[in-house]
Amino acid sequence: MKVGLCAKVTADTDARLKASADGSSFEVNGKVVVGPYDAFAVEEAIKTKEKFKCEVVSFTVGGGDDVVAQLRGTVLALGADKAVVVSDPALAGTDSLGVARTLAAAIKKEGCDVVFCGKQAIDDDNVQVPAMVAELLGWAQVSRIVELEIEGTDFKATRSMDGGVREVVAGSLPAVFTAERGLNTPRYPKLPAVIAAKKKPLETPDLAALGLSGGDVAAKAVTTAYGAPPERPKGRKLEGDVDTMVSELVRLLREEVKVL
Amino acid sequence: MSGILIVAEHEGGSFKKSATELLGKATQLAAALGTSVSAVVLGDAPAADLGKYGATTVYQVGGDFSSYDPAAMTDALAAAIAQAQPDVVLAPASYAGKDAIPRLAARLDTGMATECTDLRAEGGAVVGRRPLFAGKLYGDVKISGKPAIFTVRANSFSQPAAGGGAASVVAVAAEAKALTKVLERKAPSSTVADLTEADRIVSGGRSLKTAGDFDAVIRPLAASIGATVGASRAAVDAGMAHHNEQVGQTGKTVNPTLYIAMGISGAIQHLAGMRTSKVIVAVNKDPEAPIFEHATYGLVADLFEVAPKLQAAFEKALS
Ligand SMILES: Cc1cc2nc3c(=O)[nH]c(=O)nc-3n(C[C@H](O)[C@H](O)[C@H](O)COP(=O)(O)OP(=O)(O)OC[C@H]3O[C@@H](n4cnc5c(N)ncnc54)[C@H](O)[C@@H]3O)c2cc1C
Repeated sequence: MKVGLCAKVTADTDARLKASADGSSFEVNGKVVVGPYDAFAVEEAIKTKEKFKCEVVSFTVGGGDDVVAQLRGTVLALGADKAVVVSDPALAGTDSLGVARTLAAAIKKEGCDVVFCGKQAIDDDNVQVPAMVAELLGWAQVSRIVELEIEGTDFKATRSMDGGVREVVAGSLPAVFTAERGLNTPRYPKLPAVIAAKKKPLETPDLAALGLSGGDVAAKAVTTAYGAPPERPKGRKLEGDVDTMVSELVRLLREEVKVL
Repeated sequence: MSGILIVAEHEGGSFKKSATELLGKATQLAAALGTSVSAVVLGDAPAADLGKYGATTVYQVGGDFSSYDPAAMTDALAAAIAQAQPDVVLAPASYAGKDAIPRLAARLDTGMATECTDLRAEGGAVVGRRPLFAGKLYGDVKISGKPAIFTVRANSFSQPAAGGGAASVVAVAAEAKALTKVLERKAPSSTVADLTEADRIVSGGRSLKTAGDFDAVIRPLAASIGATVGASRAAVDAGMAHHNEQVGQTGKTVNPTLYIAMGISGAIQHLAGMRTSKVIVAVNKDPEAPIFEHATYGLVADLFEVAPKLQAAFEKALS
């Protein structure tokens, strides 16, 4: 058994975003973290390692020093044995499919049996990569899981669907799972482990090392015209005592915005 | 263009709201692009009825799809797309839309845009506008692969009026191979809409203090207008509301017509989940609470005083 996990280092939830005047790019103000859903994936990978006494490898596409520092301080410090950070200039303008193709090649090369991802990254919110990785590898996938049991090569997972529906699904590894809040409680790294993680292996293969070329990751989905969220019409505070405000509110909801 | 294909989801044979919403938008786009609209339906549902909302052809994949598996759905959709040869595919950003549609994009080696809140025709193609960073930033997505795939956030477009006649139904045979098996399905007993599809939401925050007060104040207020209950993370963490009810960046992204925030401060992570609501009402005793910057109507007041009066006024207004 070998466990893989995909971790993306993104802006934290309280980051401020600003599009450039011409909309061709944007600026992020805030610190970077391993995404909150990816943190559940990391925890599940470590729990699986504890159960099967196996190796855990983390996979990340692209990244500079801040990404490497985050991975060492969290993913490796928490118990992953190795981090693979694919680095290649051709990845700069890629899309989800390019990222998925890169991850699938790296996962295949490592020979993982199960891969954990967060249900989504909180920057581009694309919710695409894990399912694409599963497809490219020809594996089963179960998204937004809140419970997981693996026995041998069989699994039973509970997924959280729309409308509060939960389904228990069974299948066999290899598989990709995406983690929903509630799957587990991520632990925090301890200082000695953070220090020890500095010596753990971290590989930075380029695309060629994974048997891919720049053309394999050429973007088919391109984002342009970045801008602020659509303006909301300016609102107002209602005046008077509670009875007056309540009756005025009901009147406005019926007559002004007509939503009642 | 050889057309826009929409993925029409149904539950036990009744089409979901998203199916008609997507058909309405697809019809507008098709008119601008000089092309036609078709739909794909998996399993047993009254496919021809979709003609009333603008579909000229419906590709109906035979088989039992009542139990969901993303690989099987990908097989089925890929078979329908091979027959329909659309240039554009629109699907709802539902659970399956976020789970099977990216798998489909990888299968077809094409690009996709997730959870668009607007679609437009431009230069002979469809362009999707969508939120990034939980709605703090927006961007246009252009797709060069074929078909160009877009998933759409619920309630982004208005429901079209029924007109037109029956669509012609084309049976599609697909070898749909599930890689997982559903052992058990647990559905909540409630009959109100899911948060992500709800048209009205009443949410409560930390200020409710106990689960007892949350149940006594927020739930009946919501029930009085048939709204779905939501909660801030603080309320969920305090055990007042269920995980499924959390609205925000690490909860549900909602897009209702009416969102009523009771005693919620309006933290950036909460706003991320509800800022696209058409009308926002905020009740908060702190006049400086950030939620007021986003509220259509703000009431600076104690929610425990407002809630029963508002509930009575709603009941009277709707009786
Ligand atoms: C990584 C991360 C992810 C997060 N994800 C989410 C998320 O998905 N969703 C989310 O909601 N939060 C999320 N948060 C938490 C968020 O930052 C806030 O802490 C949370 O939204 C606050 O909830 P609240 O508004 O209920 O509580 P508070 O911020 O404590 O606000 C309570 C409000 O109630 C008002 N009040 C008190 N008593 C009364 C009364 N009697 N009548 C009227 N008003 C009253 C107060 O004036 C105050 O404004 C996240 C945080 C982090 C760090």
